[in-house]
Amino acid sequence: MQASAGRGIRIKVMTMGGNSNMKLISDDGIRVDGRKVDELRPIRIEAGVLKRADGSAYVEFGKNKVLAAVYGPRECHPRHMQNPAKAIVQCKYNMIAFSVSDRKRPGPDRRSVEISKIISEALEYVVFTENFPRTSIDVYIEVLQANAGTRCAGLTAASVALADAGIPMKDLVPAVAVGKVNDQVVLDLQKEEDNFGQADLPIAMIPRTGEVLLMQMDGHMTRAEFDRALEMGVGACKRIYDLQKEALARRYAVEKNEEEPAEEAAPAEQEG
Amino acid sequence: MSENMNKEGIGSSREIVLPGDLLDASGRMKAGSGTYVQEGRVYAAQVGIKSVKSNFVNVIPLGGRYIPTPGDSIIGKVVDIGPSNWLVDINSPYPAPLHVNEVPWRVDFGDTARFMNVGDTLLAKVLMVDETKRVQVTMKEQGLRKLQGGQVMEISYSKVPRVIGKGGSMIQMIKNMTNTRIFVGQNGRIWLDGDIENIVFAIRAIKMIEENAQTMHLTERVKEYLESVCKPAPAEGSESR
Repeated sequence: MQASAGRGIRIKVMTMGGNSNMKLISDDGIRVDGRKVDELRPIRIEAGVLKRADGSAYVEFGKNKVLAAVYGPRECHPRHMQNPAKAIVQCKYNMIAFSVSDRKRPGPDRRSVEISKIISEALEYVVFTENFPRTSIDVYIEVLQANAGTRCAGLTAASVALADAGIPMKDLVPAVAVGKVNDQVVLDLQKEEDNFGQADLPIAMIPRTGEVLLMQMDGHMTRAEFDRALEMGVGACKRIYDLQKEALARRYAVEKNEEEPAEEAAPAEQEG
Repeated sequence: MSENMNKEGIGSSREIVLPGDLLDASGRMKAGSGTYVQEGRVYAAQVGIKSVKSNFVNVIPLGGRYIPTPGDSIIGKVVDIGPSNWLVDINSPYPAPLHVNEVPWRVDFGDTARFMNVGDTLLAKVLMVDETKRVQVTMKEQGLRKLQGGQVMEISYSKVPRVIGKGGSMIQMIKNMTNTRIFVGQNGRIWLDGDIENIVFAIRAIKMIEENAQTMHLTERVKEYLESVCKPAPAEGSESR
């Protein structure tokens, strides 16, 4: 599996595993895009970017550009999918035709079905689904531009969009990919590192509790490398989490100086 | 995060919280609505405003869908009819059946369409909601009826208390100044009737309230706006009906 998305054809199966002799990290530990091994790409998060959706978010992870929209909770269709005890979270991850260098053939494929499923499951864990029996919460993730790590960017965006939609949830979910490139553990792989690296490990977690909601690995790592990668990922998730909260705080900052939000209820529909 | 926002001038009693924010570490507070408890600590579950009321921490939501509670006055739209019931859309994830027994008229079996048809708007009350969120609405109460004519607008249900104002002051002012008839449903639907021009002004005023729901001195600003548009404002008390 790869958190990457930055390629049209799947050459990675061959390259991953170490038969690449491409030098992706310089001797003084600088990567192709000028980052250090434990440095994230510049991240930008914005909440509430779409007017028609109940909640939305836009996320940039370096060259990744991802849009997430949330609808619901709403009546669940098809009917047989609904659960009488709780809501279901239906996520649809989609890459737009122009998101990769070769045109991506539109429509769901094996990879996007898999990513949709794991993101749904990660989100279902944080949402208080039992509050909304028989409904569906629909999450749409559109990848506008891909440069490796789109499932992480997508999940990061989706959790902000869920909060923006006013859906009760335990916490926000930050996600990041860690990998192994030129025998070194590096944070937040970008396209070349993902394609020609040795391993890729996307992680999503709740930083406060340390619960891991998503973890996949493609390639090989030793136990020591894995531990180092996890530690790096945890640190990075905390930083992304702060950015997510900042984005939501900015969105609702307008509502700063306020007064009493009136009496609750008091249905005053008596005519004058 | 919440500490930062405090410094920005939000009083501790009126602070905006995000999912996962710690609301109370002392363990003395009880978890109210919009919160959850983990390891004895209370956390926010929703984006909203923290409010403390008699030992309970609540989060007043800033968004989300309307979830019916028994007793709510709502404005519904008929979306389907059966031989002994109407299916009413109440602007929530759950459609609500309205049975012929819950209607102020005597309706023969299969005769439902003669009284209300698909697309009709009605004022109703939530009768009951069971644990699987099956809703039933009723019209058998004083003032509940089919709404003829007029227009329906939708706002976020969380802004309804603001539109109504303290003791109905806000909505009363809009009604008086625009000379319109207005019903506000708890589900965020608002029905307005009157002169088309006046309806437009009332809708603008309500939109203004929705957008600035969290700001100070809203009543005065809405009043100012209405005074500026409704020049030939009817004298107080000359309200019709």
